[in-house]
Amino acid sequence: MTETAGPDQVRSAEQIGLSAREAAAAPPPHVGPDAAQAAGPRDATSWAKKVDRLEVDARQGVRGTNVAGRRLTGPVQGFGKMWQKSYRMKAGPGIAPEQAIATWKEHFPEFWPKGNRFAGALTGINPGDVALLDLAMGGGVKLSTGVFVLYADHESFTLMTPQGHMFAGWITFSAEREGDETVVQALVLMRANDPLYEVGMTFGGHRKEDKFWTATLTALGERLGIQNPTVEAKSTCVDTKRQWRHANNVWHNSMIRSVLQTVTFQRNKQAA
Amino acid sequence: MSAPAITMDVRRMGDGVAVVDIKGEVTAACEPVLMSAYEAASDGRTSWLVLNFAGLEYMNSGGIGMLVTLLVRANRQRQQLAAYGLSDHYREIFELTRLDEAITIYDSEESALNGAVK
Repeated sequence: MTETAGPDQVRSAEQIGLSAREAAAAPPPHVGPDAAQAAGPRDATSWAKKVDRLEVDARQGVRGTNVAGRRLTGPVQGFGKMWQKSYRMKAGPGIAPEQAIATWKEHFPEFWPKGNRFAGALTGINPGDVALLDLAMGGGVKLSTGVFVLYADHESFTLMTPQGHMFAGWITFSAEREGDETVVQALVLMRANDPLYEVGMTFGGHRKEDKFWTATLTALGERLGIQNPTVEAKSTCVDTKRQWRHANNVWHNSMIRSVLQTVTFQRNKQAA
Repeated sequence: MSAPAITMDVRRMGDGVAVVDIKGEVTAACEPVLMSAYEAASDGRTSWLVLNFAGLEYMNSGGIGMLVTLLVRANRQRQQLAAYGLSDHYREIFELTRLDEAITIYDSEESALNGAVK
């Protein structure tokens, strides 16, 4: 993995953009402004409808806390340094980008490392869906949070995080043709959501996240039939400044809340 | 990577204010075009940069990410970003991604320029 930092690290579209697939994607055919206006924006069905606060239904297999009523948080709302991380894997010439993304969408939870749970909508990954997550944090503690499907088309999809999640930002999963082969990637643009998470990310959190997405892409590669899938990870610090005005995001910290919820649950169980 | 289907023209609107007219498709592919426009608009005195989205035809999440990186760059130079000309659909996307909390949205060029002098 390479890692760079500094205030001059605003880089090119491929290095910084959320989705190289989207960068490379030819948008739908040009139909002229009048026709386009009459038909509505071409990307209308790819974006989620606006929500102020998340609403969720109970899902099997996850605790499902710390999501309902939360607002979404992008890099603008986060606390810590802003990072762009990319995880790329060559999928070879025989797999079309659309095929890779379709497989990724359909089996998304199955590619997550053991001990982590992703409970999405039964219909797959569609704009506006909310998925509930239980993430293994070590010591038997599960961090309960969620993600929102911000954008999805046949070549990419983007997840955005709610208040209390470890980071404020989004992750774009995409596939693109580079030369004669397909490259699959996950691109993260994020800030740690609050000062506690920032400390956690600095002392092992970034490394853990790198492992997480590397394992996920490797599992996807194996599903796609790639022999010895290799994931290339790269991190760039886009903004070294911390946004202290957002330090009070710690109020929503899902890690603290998850620990308290676990303790309360155990006590109630013992009392019953 | 395909060539970006976009043009960005810079208009200087007086001391410290510039307007970038964006026409076409905003994706991560147009980041070099946007950054060139940004550099053309930033002459060391520019403190208020207005993005005109009236000609916006298409935007994906890569385009939103690109705007975040532009915002970081502008903030580093102590510049304010504003926008106008967004259709209801794209205004909703700005609100959904909460980009509107960092890039002030105006209804017209006139109101955006008035915002610069306040």
